[in-house]
Amino acid sequence: MQGAKILDERKDFIMFKDSCCGDGKINCEKESVSGAVSQRACVYCGARVVLNPITDAFHIVHGPIGCASYTWDIRGSLSSGSELYRNSFSTDLREEDIIFGGAKKLAAAIDEIVEKNSPKLIFVYATCIVGVIGDDVEAVCRKAEEKYKIRVIPVKAPGFSGTKSLGYKLACDAIMELILPHKDIPKTGGINIIGDFNLAGEMWIIKNYLNAIGLNTVSTITGDANYESLIKAPSAGLNIVQCAGSSVYLAKRMEEEMGIPFIKVSFFGIEDTTNSILRIAHAIGDENAIKRAEEFTKERSARAKEFISKYKPKLEGKKAAIYVGGGFKAISLIRQFNEMGIKTVMVGTQTGKKDEYEIIAKIVEKDTVVLDDANPSELEAFMKEKGADILVGGVKERPLAYKLGIAFCDHNHERKHALAGYEGVENFTKEVNLSLNSPVWGYVKG
Amino acid sequence: MLSMTPKELKERTALRINPCKTCQPVGAIYCALGVHKCMPHSHGSQGCVSFHRMFLTRHFKDPAIASTSSFTEGASVFGGRTNIETAVKNVFDIYDPDIIAVHTTCLSETIGDDINSFIQDMTIPEGKLVVHTNTPSYVGSHINGFYNMMCGFIKYLSRKTGKSNGKIAIFPGFVNPGDMREMKRIASLLKAPFIMFPDTSGVMDAPMTGHYEMYPKGGTKIEEIAALGDCEKVIALGEITSEEPAALLEKQCKVPYELLPLPIGISATDEFVTALSKFSKCEVPYELEEERGQLIDIMLDAHQYYYKKSVAIYGDPDTVLGITSLVLEMGMIPKYVITGTPKEDFTRKAEELFARYSVEGCKAKASADLFELHQWIKNEKVDLLIGGTHGKTIARAEDIPLVRAGFPIIDRYVHSYMPIVGYKGAMRLVEMISNALMDRMDRDCADEDLEIVM
Repeated sequence: MQGAKILDERKDFIMFKDSCCGDGKINCEKESVSGAVSQRACVYCGARVVLNPITDAFHIVHGPIGCASYTWDIRGSLSSGSELYRNSFSTDLREEDIIFGGAKKLAAAIDEIVEKNSPKLIFVYATCIVGVIGDDVEAVCRKAEEKYKIRVIPVKAPGFSGTKSLGYKLACDAIMELILPHKDIPKTGGINIIGDFNLAGEMWIIKNYLNAIGLNTVSTITGDANYESLIKAPSAGLNIVQCAGSSVYLAKRMEEEMGIPFIKVSFFGIEDTTNSILRIAHAIGDENAIKRAEEFTKERSARAKEFISKYKPKLEGKKAAIYVGGGFKAISLIRQFNEMGIKTVMVGTQTGKKDEYEIIAKIVEKDTVVLDDANPSELEAFMKEKGADILVGGVKERPLAYKLGIAFCDHNHERKHALAGYEGVENFTKEVNLSLNSPVWGYVKG
Repeated sequence: MLSMTPKELKERTALRINPCKTCQPVGAIYCALGVHKCMPHSHGSQGCVSFHRMFLTRHFKDPAIASTSSFTEGASVFGGRTNIETAVKNVFDIYDPDIIAVHTTCLSETIGDDINSFIQDMTIPEGKLVVHTNTPSYVGSHINGFYNMMCGFIKYLSRKTGKSNGKIAIFPGFVNPGDMREMKRIASLLKAPFIMFPDTSGVMDAPMTGHYEMYPKGGTKIEEIAALGDCEKVIALGEITSEEPAALLEKQCKVPYELLPLPIGISATDEFVTALSKFSKCEVPYELEEERGQLIDIMLDAHQYYYKKSVAIYGDPDTVLGITSLVLEMGMIPKYVITGTPKEDFTRKAEELFARYSVEGCKAKASADLFELHQWIKNEKVDLLIGGTHGKTIARAEDIPLVRAGFPIIDRYVHSYMPIVGYKGAMRLVEMISNALMDRMDRDCADEDLEIVM
């Protein structure tokens, strides 16, 4: 093992492409090792981030205040309508609730919401402690549904019950619970965009593309979603899944239970954006859409390539490290860096799947480090060892990169601009260039 | 934005909307980060620590480390003994801290893990330490977590040898590293030998060096925490935040303490300076006299722009009380002062301040939330908001300028490096307050009223 001190238990979670150590296989989809300074979140967090962008829902966090505070309006999901989801609602459980049970308080909290507003949809998130004290959250929600004739959907997401991925699955189940009663509405042949959360308005970019090739968007799940648009989702003819890690499970359920086929897409980078638009048109099978998609992608990718070429002299030969949530995004980013002339030397994810790691292993160059659920020491050691110039990651990685004198681009909740689509290619290129070539690096010692 | 907030007030008993606090563990981590070569450790699910690190990183824009016991379904049924044993072994093996500071979460508290006995039974490498505190998330707020962690360190480490070290201990309260630096500067100017505990300066405001230091230079040293027991006296700053650890040290090691408000504003800083000068028997040096004089000079120069303006202040109890005291000295009206932390002392102390300055019609509330504050403002508007980032939606909805001070501030930079305590900190607050109000005048006035000289 070079440089980094790696726990024995962690060694199976790291591999080196084509190098002497490691057997080319990676251990993933497991819980973090006890004692790890993990960069990972929990089941509750997974469920919350997927459902939070539903703009006109009341999201009640049932538990002590922390879980509500830490997830209050942090996603950067934009809304074209209601701003309700940007408030934080919780039962703020206190000691007496832990002793005597919190179910009554939850019921009262729902009452207090309904008294003052006319909600159509309430999600109740049960955190770690709620299961332990034995609150029957499902019963409270069911009673509230009957009493108020609205949807009150429980999301039982104790943090200890698995990884963030399980939370994604619970969120998908909650969406299914919401839309299943509407599964027999007539089909319109339109498209649901699944697994995009409209960070910095990215959902709108994708919607515009579909519009440009003459295709209709039915429902967006969950970026810029609302109750009325969500319940129309069963009428779609095709689901496109952008964030596979969080939402492919939902697409599979919708395929099995509603007969809506799906394709995985990615709108990060020119290659993936172009392919995705073409594949959508082919999946719909509309000749006109295919023709328009070909023209549209030809024109837009040429423009984007021209844009990159202006920056290429400043970027070529630089080395990138990637540490993101899901494997599918990591794959897109590796390709996108290739388009910019930047080589990826380290790539890791929090919740990547086996098949995704296999693709990653195929598309990276020799000696690239691939790691699952990394901790800061590992990130530091490998970035230094591989001489990375820029790290792409999330909030906890930013200060780490800066301390190491490495440039940074947030590809998570704190992204500053839309990074999806051809517009995203321009923004990403600009941001990578801006961080790599900031004059401040000239003053860094050491 | 936030157009849904209704004007009509209604008592809520179950629903918390837009909190003005968070849970204990994040306070415990912040405290533990103020100890040199310490790894804060969260005994609970892996998600908690991820949230806390994110929350602290967003405020300080610096890495915040902490490890986790990473509870599974099994641990939450059978207890987390194995998890913490494995965790402690792994943390010492790989991250090599000198000390691990364990705190609990709502989960490990509820299943009843006895951390003390776990620690007694585990194998701890030679020369290394493990301490703990209980931080049930459903009691109090992050402020309780902060002082509970202080108590944990004191309980395990502070000892009276019988031989005084001639030092004064300073408990800084829940403040930024920039504030701690300013308190230390003042103590040094007064030639008072001191131990500050905890001390996040040099940790959460560590300089960029091109290397990532998991344990930066700063932080109270373990031997300094031990030596708290041999101090002559404690100055406990922040009457709500620092009393419990000070009382514990008095009980445990017979070190007397003086409880003072956070030194925000003239009179509170005077009290701090006087206490230090009495201890060190050092006359207040000209440098500090000069700063005090400059502060008052500034407050005279600009007073007409903020005099009688009304302000709403929200955040952590001692910070809010400190800022309230300063704005009263400035002749402003602290119309609403709230904290989310459930401490009734807060309300009483705020009302005492209102009475001392004979202001009427001001409201103070503990265990309040920002939704309620917004409703009050909708009923009777204020000229200015002072608090953390989460008030920005109110500021926008009601078109009120916002001065950022306190915790958390996750949408601006530099703040954690700069003090709001001491005379210098007060100057900074006066500047921010008057700038916010005067920028607003410049923005709102008619073209013909735009003044070049103000």
